[in-house]
Amino acid sequence: MGFHRINLTVNGEFEQVDVTGYMTLLDMLREKLVLTGTKNGCAAGECGACTVMMNGEPVNSCLVLAVECDEAEIVTVEGLASDTQLDPIQKALIDAGGVQCGYCTPGILIASRALIDRNPDPSESEIRAALVGNLCRCTGYMRIIEAVQEAAKM
Amino acid sequence: MNAYPGLPEFDYLKPDTYAEASEFLVAHAGEARPFIGGTDLFVQMRDRVLRPKYLVDVKGLEGMDEISFDNSQGLTIGAAVNMNRLIAAPEVIEHYQILAEAAQSVASYQLRTRATIVGNICNASPAGDTIGASLLLDGMLNIYGGQGMRQEPLSTFFLGPGETILQTGDIVASIQFLLPPDGLKGKYIKLGRNKLSDLSIVGVTAVGYPDADTKSGLHFKLALASVAPVPLVVEQVGEILGSTPVTEETLKGAAEAAMEACTPIDDVRGSARYRKLMVRNLSLNALRDVWHKLRK
Repeated sequence: MGFHRINLTVNGEFEQVDVTGYMTLLDMLREKLVLTGTKNGCAAGECGACTVMMNGEPVNSCLVLAVECDEAEIVTVEGLASDTQLDPIQKALIDAGGVQCGYCTPGILIASRALIDRNPDPSESEIRAALVGNLCRCTGYMRIIEAVQEAAKM
Repeated sequence: MNAYPGLPEFDYLKPDTYAEASEFLVAHAGEARPFIGGTDLFVQMRDRVLRPKYLVDVKGLEGMDEISFDNSQGLTIGAAVNMNRLIAAPEVIEHYQILAEAAQSVASYQLRTRATIVGNICNASPAGDTIGASLLLDGMLNIYGGQGMRQEPLSTFFLGPGETILQTGDIVASIQFLLPPDGLKGKYIKLGRNKLSDLSIVGVTAVGYPDADTKSGLHFKLALASVAPVPLVVEQVGEILGSTPVTEETLKGAAEAAMEACTPIDDVRGSARYRKLMVRNLSLNALRDVWHKLRK
């Protein structure tokens, strides 16, 4: 099984990585680039814990091959904050108490950021629809939805 | 051991031309598969249901990423156009709203960044959400095979669960829909175990449009998901609602015919009996919704 050399940008940094054809984007981020903020939940595109931004759109990184990311721009949860400044969605989620165990949080943050990027003033039902692919077993979702509403105002 | 191991080993190829891709698939018959978004394929591979030795990424082939529309040729959707892009396309919203409505019901936003209509069709699951709308809009597939490009109607594409008329080396390049009849209205009702994102227990797609050639002046079509080995178009619905004036009673009769026509099975998502009853109720709801839209 051969390796493929790919060039990509991850959180604004250029990366050159050698990957097998069958390595997922999720595994590359966690194992090769040690960006362990992105979580592996179901590995089947159901839970959304592995959600990252690929060329500006959210994807389930468990269902994307690393080799498909040649020349791509990837943003993970580690790339949301700049220096000491949290992204508004991060601050809002903390303020609203929308984090409990935290396992779903990286995926929720990316999916919410993507929603606000494409729809700066989402309604509650639009937020619910946008987060349908991000399962949270702790919070009951209400505080997460409140946080997205707050972040959209920032 | 990890409860969910990663993907089994395979080699990845991304050919530049249809000929190259098709020749490779033929040369490695049984070992190689084409893929686009992988949203279903990777899950089956992870579960070791499928173990291809080679995956052939066809997303880079000519026209795969294009969506085009004009009044004579209608809408052509490249096989690699993702569902989010389709849902947001102005020409789809204006002329093919039922297709957007069906695509919107597929899984989640981030999955739809990768999922495609052509992938949904080639996967040939009886539960495929966008297949009903594609059938009722008389979709035609542009398929590259060894002899070049050919066109096949979607109506005869499905042979069974996961089985299609595609031969080894065939690559579906796009799906085409001619301009639908004036005044066409549609409705997709999906019954899942939750309100959003699940696979369907029953899926009902209904369309209707004014038609001077029928006695009722209206032409209805109905397609069912998850209740037969293949996505099912219930021809009797068009006959019943075309031959007599459309009333609440004739709509009920058409919904009963849909229930009689389907052949569901018991599975993890629902029993056959439940599915039959839901086909009747949801077909009535979908047809009535379309009828009300047509009367406005």
